[in-house]
Formats: sequence, structure tokens, C-alpha cells
Amino acid sequence: MPIRFDHKPGLVVYLTAGDPSLDATCEIAVAAIDAGADVIELGVPFSDPLGDGPIIQRASERALARGTRLRDVLALAREIRAARPAAGLVIFSYLNPMLRYGLRKFTDDAAAAGADGVLAIDLIVEEAAEYLAEMSRVNLAPIFLAAPTSSDARLEAIAKYSKGFVYAISRVGITGTQKSITADAKALVERIRRYTRLPVAVGFGISNAEHVAQVAEFADAAVIGSAIVELVENSTAATAPGAVARFIKGLRLRDAALAR
Amino acid sequence: MASIIVPANPSEARAGRFGVYGGRYVPETLVAALDELEHAYDEAKMDAAFQAELADLLKDYAGRPTPLYFAKRLTEQLGGAKIYLKREDLLHTGAHKINNALGQGLLAKRMGKKRVIAETGAGQHGVATASACALFGLECVVYMGDVDMERQELNVKRMRLLGTEVRGVSSGSKTLKDAISEAMRDWVTNVRTTYYLLGSALGAHPYPTMVRDFHRVISKELKQQILEKEGRLPTAIIACVGGGSNAIGAFYEFIPDRQVRLIGVEAGGRGPALGEHAARFKGGAPGVLQGTYSYVLQDDDGQIALTHSVSAGLDYASIGPEHAALHDSGRAEYVSCDDATALDAVVRLARTEGILPAIESAHAVAEAIRIAPALPASDILVVNLSGRGDKDMGILARELKL
Ligand SMILES: Cc1ncc(COP(=O)(O)O)c(C=O)c1O
Repeated sequence: MPIRFDHKPGLVVYLTAGDPSLDATCEIAVAAIDAGADVIELGVPFSDPLGDGPIIQRASERALARGTRLRDVLALAREIRAARPAAGLVIFSYLNPMLRYGLRKFTDDAAAAGADGVLAIDLIVEEAAEYLAEMSRVNLAPIFLAAPTSSDARLEAIAKYSKGFVYAISRVGITGTQKSITADAKALVERIRRYTRLPVAVGFGISNAEHVAQVAEFADAAVIGSAIVELVENSTAATAPGAVARFIKGLRLRDAALAR
Repeated sequence: MASIIVPANPSEARAGRFGVYGGRYVPETLVAALDELEHAYDEAKMDAAFQAELADLLKDYAGRPTPLYFAKRLTEQLGGAKIYLKREDLLHTGAHKINNALGQGLLAKRMGKKRVIAETGAGQHGVATASACALFGLECVVYMGDVDMERQELNVKRMRLLGTEVRGVSSGSKTLKDAISEAMRDWVTNVRTTYYLLGSALGAHPYPTMVRDFHRVISKELKQQILEKEGRLPTAIIACVGGGSNAIGAFYEFIPDRQVRLIGVEAGGRGPALGEHAARFKGGAPGVLQGTYSYVLQDDDGQIALTHSVSAGLDYASIGPEHAALHDSGRAEYVSCDDATALDAVVRLARTEGILPAIESAHAVAEAIRIAPALPASDILVVNLSGRGDKDMGILARELKL
């Protein structure tokens, strides 16, 4: 399935796979899609998540403590795909688990599981030749991050090699919640649009309806990560799907109100 | 501006690659800072004024050149090859780390950065960085794992006295690896104002090259000194390898001299099981950790393994990428030394020569003690004595029941 943002604004929902359990992540993902998420980003837990703030670090530790492995995440992707054939599905991982699994086998298995794309947080375009070849072989969309600090030349390359969407990092920093969206985000999205007609999703720190409404003014989609992972942390396996669904529905309310 | 060229083959030779190893595996936010650093370093390297200022500091502030000392009593006791010690332990702040801290500190100043962050394991890099920042008037924050803060407590106090803020890291194994992750998170967040003063020949390009260059002075001096004293090159150079900075500094000028054996000593810890040691070449496999592609101790799912060493400075799951290339090409040999053998070497050197080595450095001393007896008296071994053991008195008092 190509990645599409049918809703306005589009919503990408990040979940750490295996937190609190693989079954729960599946139910949360399905609930999130039914509540209006366009794309699910399934985070592969990693022992050393240096791009992540405390919320996702803790979720990764919990998922690893339960024994979550990359092959389990791929099996989970397959379940989500079977349950909701039309939703966008992206695997989000640090590079080392993918390298250890084998890039060829990983791309084969991710594609077979029904994933649409992959986002490798510590892989920049210059280092990505082999990865890009494997991704294109099985028609998976490589999604690269663009940062406020990226030069125009880099944005051009990022735009050129990304498929599905370009992920614009809202601010200089790691993942985590924040109070407000900085001017960095808008300026970055405008710069990215000079090089591509792909949708642009803005992520890192987007935590509430107000942020989503702000992002909707200049981008195609908002990525909600830590805010949802924190909600899952504060719920039980039984209550998390409902809590996440309510939260996601609430994210578009302010925008709907503004549109009227 | 020109587009970035994506190489057809990732092993294609580029700046920052050592064979297939090295590279730049970082979040996109850091790329601009790494480019800025690479550019600033390339300029500084060519700038005679920068080099002269650094040379002055190395001489009058740090105490270079360090002596090459013939360990006569140890040699006689072992009854084989002659053993020399390159006395990096005599440097200001107590270890080779000051070479790099001064070099990068000057660079930070040149780049106009006011805030410096660093990670530290044994605390030697932290103390060196804290000293350099005091000297250059820079704000300094050092990340250190909770386990290391406890076992290298003296260095924590030294850093604080020097005006540095030490931030404990309680995630993961609470050691060097976790301190690096936390420093990188700080850098990603404060990249516009902050200089990351990385302490070993690790991490994303240009760090492995730059840190090596700042420690190259060790092998430059060493070569001249051994030629003066012996009129020939040594049989072998032996150095401990944590991230690999003292070892690459001691090896570098000898890489073309193929008759000189280069021996790196990793931490064998408590034994060969994964999690009990930090012998990357024995128990690791190529992978990516903290910015670079090198050998990494990991499980079969690509999760980074826990490590153990009695020495905080060698207790790390990966190794500098240039060592990975030297290993694969066979130009350097890598062995390991367990905790108990390293502690024996501390005592041996202390009692035969009156020199108390850092436990890290004692791993290299132990390898010389192991191989010297079987070698002819005409052979010459040089041990890079990377640091002194004052910082280790707590551990030594406990382990040796002093
Ligand atoms: C005295 C000493 N030697 C060696 C090391 C290991 O580092 P490297 O391998 O970078 O020389 C350390 C690190 O803290 C150290 O303090």
C-alpha cells in the first residue's frame, strides 16, 4: 500500500513495539487506526536509543525486558497489516538490529509482513547506499529525517532518496514532549518543499491538539510519539487501546473547530 | 549547491573510513555539527599558529615530551626482551587523555563555542577536559555512568573542584557507553552552542581521525626516543585498548614499519561469556554503535551487550574503527587480559619499578610480562603506560586488601 494521508491533518502514530506487550501493541495500533491515525510507526526497541528522550527510553527498556525481538516486531507488523489492510505501516529502528538481522533478510521480511516503509534513525543518506538498494528491491519506502540544522544540499538529497513522506524534525533535539512548536519547524518544512512534492510530516514533541493544529497550517501530517508512549505507560494493557483512541480523536478537535 | 553523492558501494573509500569501518551513523540533526567540526579541524590542522599554540601547551602545561623509560629491574626479573615504558602516566592530569583534551579544547575555543560537554569512563578524560576548560575559560559538563562515578570517585571530586558539572547517568549499564549516549543526547539538543569533546578514537567522523591525530605525538616521540636509545625500532609496541586512543597514538607512526608488531590489549574481565568482558575482537561482531561501524559486543538480535572490566576505561562494548581495520588487515594483533592478571601487573610494576600504573595501562604491562620471558634479550618491547593508578586506589585497596 502506498502511504497516504487521507485525513487532514494527517496523523502518524509512533508506538514502541512490545510495550506493554506485543499483543497490546497490536490492539493499540488497531485502535489508533480506527480513531484516525493514517500511519503507524512501529518502533523496534533498542538497548542504546541515543536519539530518544526518557519516555521512549523507558518504553524500550520495558519492551526489551519482556524479550521483544526484531522478528517479533515484524510478526506484529504482519498482524496489524492483516487487521487493517489500508493503513500506512512503517518500521522505525536504530540501524544495528537491522544490520544484525541482515539488510537483505530484513527488507524481505518487512515487505512480506506488509510494511510500507522503514525509518532508520541513525542512518543518513550518505551511508545508505546498500540500504537504499535493498529497500528499492522490495518496494519499501525509505523515509529519512530532515533536521532544522540540515543544509539545503542535504535537504535536496533527503528529498531525493525519501519515498512515502519526508519526516521533518520539529526542533533541534531528541524525542520527547514539549510545550510549544518552534519556528524551526515551519521554516524547515518550507525549505523541504522546495525539493519535493512528497507529503511532509512534522514530529518530535508534538503532544496535543494545539500542536497538531499549528503543524497542520504548514505540513501534511503530525507525528505523535512520546505523548502516546507516555499514555501507554500510564495505562494498563486493557485500558491503553481506549485511552489512545480517545487521545487521537481529541487531537483533531481543535483543528475541526478552527475550520468551522 | 551540489547534491550529496551517495556512493554505489558503502565500502568505497571516503574520508572517515578505515577499510569498511568508521563512517557517520548519527541522527540527521548532528550532521551539520559534524561537518562544521570537520571543516574547523581541517583548517586548524593546516594553521601553523594553532599547531604552535598546541605544541606550547603540550610542552609547558602537559609536560611533553614524556620519557621513554627502560624498566631495567622488570626486564631482569623476566629474563627476556628488554621492556621500555612510554611514560604517558607522567603527564599533567595523569593520563594520555590530556593530549586530546588540549587539542580539542583549543579547537572549541577557535570555533567560538562557549560550552563543552564530554563523557568519561575512568574519569581521566573527564579530568583532562575539566582542566582544559578551566584553562580556556569554557563551561564544562561531563557525563559519567553511576557505576563509574562510584568506582572512580576521586576523579569525580577532581572534576568538581575544577569547576565542571558532573552529571550521573543511570540508564543501561551505567558505564561509559551510557555516558556517551547521554552526551550525544545533550549534543543533539544543544548543538548550536555546544562542543562535544569526545575522549577516545571513537564515534562519528571526524572524531576517530581527529582524536588519533592529537595522540600521534606519542608515537612520534617514541620513534625518535627508541632510535636514540637503541638505534633501531622496537620488536613490539603494546597498549591497552578501550576506545583505542592511547593505542592508536602509540601505534600510528609505526604502521608502515611492518617489522614492528603492534599489540592491543583488551579487557578480558571475569571470563569469556558475553557480558563478562570487553574483548570486542573475541566476542564481538561488526555493527554500529554510537556513530561508527566497528566491532561491537552484541547479542544475536543486535542489542548491545553489557560489558565488564575492573578498569572503567576499558569497559566499553565497541572499539575505535581504525583498530577494526588494523585487526582485519592483520597489521595489529589484539589479545585480552583478565581482571586478575591486570591487578597482578599493577602490583608487579609497583614493586619492581616503583611505578603505579592505571589499571587500564596494567593490561598492557601484563601482556609484556606474559611474552617477554620467551623472547630473546635482543628484542625490545615498548609498553605505552597510558596513565597512573592514583585514581584506582579505592579499587586497589579493596581488591588487594591493602
Ligand atoms: C589511563 C587510561 N588508559 C587507557 C584508557 C582507555 O582509553 P583509550 O583506549 O581511548 O586509550 C583510559 C580511559 O579512560 C585511561 O584512563
